[in-house]
Amino acid sequence: MSMAILDLPPRPLARRARGWLVAALCLFVIMAMLLPLVMSFLASFRPLAETSAVPPTYLPSALSLENYKKVANYQQGIWVYVRNSALVAGMTIVLCLAFSVPAGFALARFPVPGKELWFLLILASMMVPYQALIVPLYLMFSKLGLTASHLGLAILHTILQLPFSVYLMRNSFEAVPRELEEAARVDGASTVFQLRRVFMPLAVPGVVTVALFAFITSWNEFLGALILMNTESAFTVPIMLTGVVSGDFGSVDWGALQASVVISMLPCLCVYLALQKYYVSGLLAGAVK
Amino acid sequence: MSARRNAYVGLAWLAPTLAFVGLFVLWPMAHLIWLSFTSTSLLGGGEWVGLDNYRTAFSDPKFWAAFRFTLMYTAIITPILMGLGFALALLVSPNSPLRRVTRTVVFLPVVIGLASSSLLWFWLFDQQVGLFNRLLVDLGLLAEPMVWFRKAETGLAAVIISVTWKVVGFGMILMMAGIQSISGDLFEAARIDGASAALRVRRIVLPLAARSILMATVISVIGSMLAFDQFYLMTGGGPRGKSFTSVYWIYQSGFVRFDLGYSAALSVILMLVIMAMTALQLRLQTRRRPS
Repeated sequence: MSMAILDLPPRPLARRARGWLVAALCLFVIMAMLLPLVMSFLASFRPLAETSAVPPTYLPSALSLENYKKVANYQQGIWVYVRNSALVAGMTIVLCLAFSVPAGFALARFPVPGKELWFLLILASMMVPYQALIVPLYLMFSKLGLTASHLGLAILHTILQLPFSVYLMRNSFEAVPRELEEAARVDGASTVFQLRRVFMPLAVPGVVTVALFAFITSWNEFLGALILMNTESAFTVPIMLTGVVSGDFGSVDWGALQASVVISMLPCLCVYLALQKYYVSGLLAGAVK
Repeated sequence: MSARRNAYVGLAWLAPTLAFVGLFVLWPMAHLIWLSFTSTSLLGGGEWVGLDNYRTAFSDPKFWAAFRFTLMYTAIITPILMGLGFALALLVSPNSPLRRVTRTVVFLPVVIGLASSSLLWFWLFDQQVGLFNRLLVDLGLLAEPMVWFRKAETGLAAVIISVTWKVVGFGMILMMAGIQSISGDLFEAARIDGASAALRVRRIVLPLAARSILMATVISVIGSMLAFDQFYLMTGGGPRGKSFTSVYWIYQSGFVRFDLGYSAALSVILMLVIMAMTALQLRLQTRRRPS
């Protein structure tokens, strides 16, 4: 549907002027938003000698991988931290789906007693900011041996994402046509079979959205990782970044910082660009975070 | 119609999630409230102290300073985010290839981490190697590169600039959805009646997209009230402790000064404030349903 607010002009001349104005504004916005990303990206490929040049140069005089080689050996080596982050994000995705798929199915299709009340309880847990729960969670996790544990951090990230995930899976399953379900049940298919063969294929967009949000939340989460991951080998990427900037060498290593920042951003940018449709519709469906 | 599904089978499917919420949200909440009445230390030990932690909090100038700073940060950044977000939403709501690209690009920083964006800007703002400083000098906006994080005001300005870049796309997308749900006929009618663009925005867009604007505002306010990463990484609470936010103060009390009991009391206060705001958000959301 084309719907115009700024355009819908009275005269052709004014219309064309307005079109140009909109185009110019769009281009300006695009440039302003991209500039920091582009600068960071280019800076990460500067030769070592240029990384701390004063005043700084906009463009690198030559492209070099020296900064990346340096972070490859930074502390435990950046790939250890990337692997940690990926592991925690992977576990968060699995946990979110393992809980929200059956819960969403039950809420969508079973006459569970007190159903709406349970649903409200799950949604209400969103009202509690996890920042406020970090003290008791820390104590609980240290008792359970879940500090400095990737599973512990994944559980924390699941706490953040679960209400949204359940909400989304319930909606996805409710959208499955009753007729399909009836047909499967007349054929005598078991509940598990119905879920796997009838519901899941139609709920794929919901599953993708849950996984996508779980990944982005987990990959980027900072406070919980800062508190729980108290041994260097367990650090996730955001926590490793604080090490680069607090300057284990006495001053900030700007080249290493830019290379690590780029590595930390790339997975999210790629995943978003590939799955943009799911991201935006998930955001609007929930707007719950 | 075939037989109804078994209610207890359904409950069994739901049970793991309920257990998870009970174990990792409800129980910690109860524990948090109990902890706030004790002098529990991160190093172990602690006893029942009644309301002492709350008394300390309310008479602690640092608690009030952190709370005031958080409110000030929220009060400054919210109008910026919502104003810019709304302007961008107006710009990109109609569908055209260029506008779609603009949407995607404005939204890009939303998906990267706050830690990454804070450190990216920490570098851009650096007085010696920072390209943002250099750009401002080259554009003639600054006489010479400045040290943004030496003064509280410019440090806050730097954080606000970086966070605005990072999250402005979020409000834009929510408000854009609100604008796009308005019927095109209304604009057509208004145009035929000769209403100017400004009038159309004021009389049609603002009232009809009011709910999504309000939603975006509440979500944004909650996010700002919980600010931590950007200050921890860019200002470190400085200069002279002037940029501690509420969450930063909770972190500092509990995990730097080891006073978990006090930190728990601060958390309870924060939780109550945020829960009130979230309740408002959920009410707005559920009321949206009939339309």
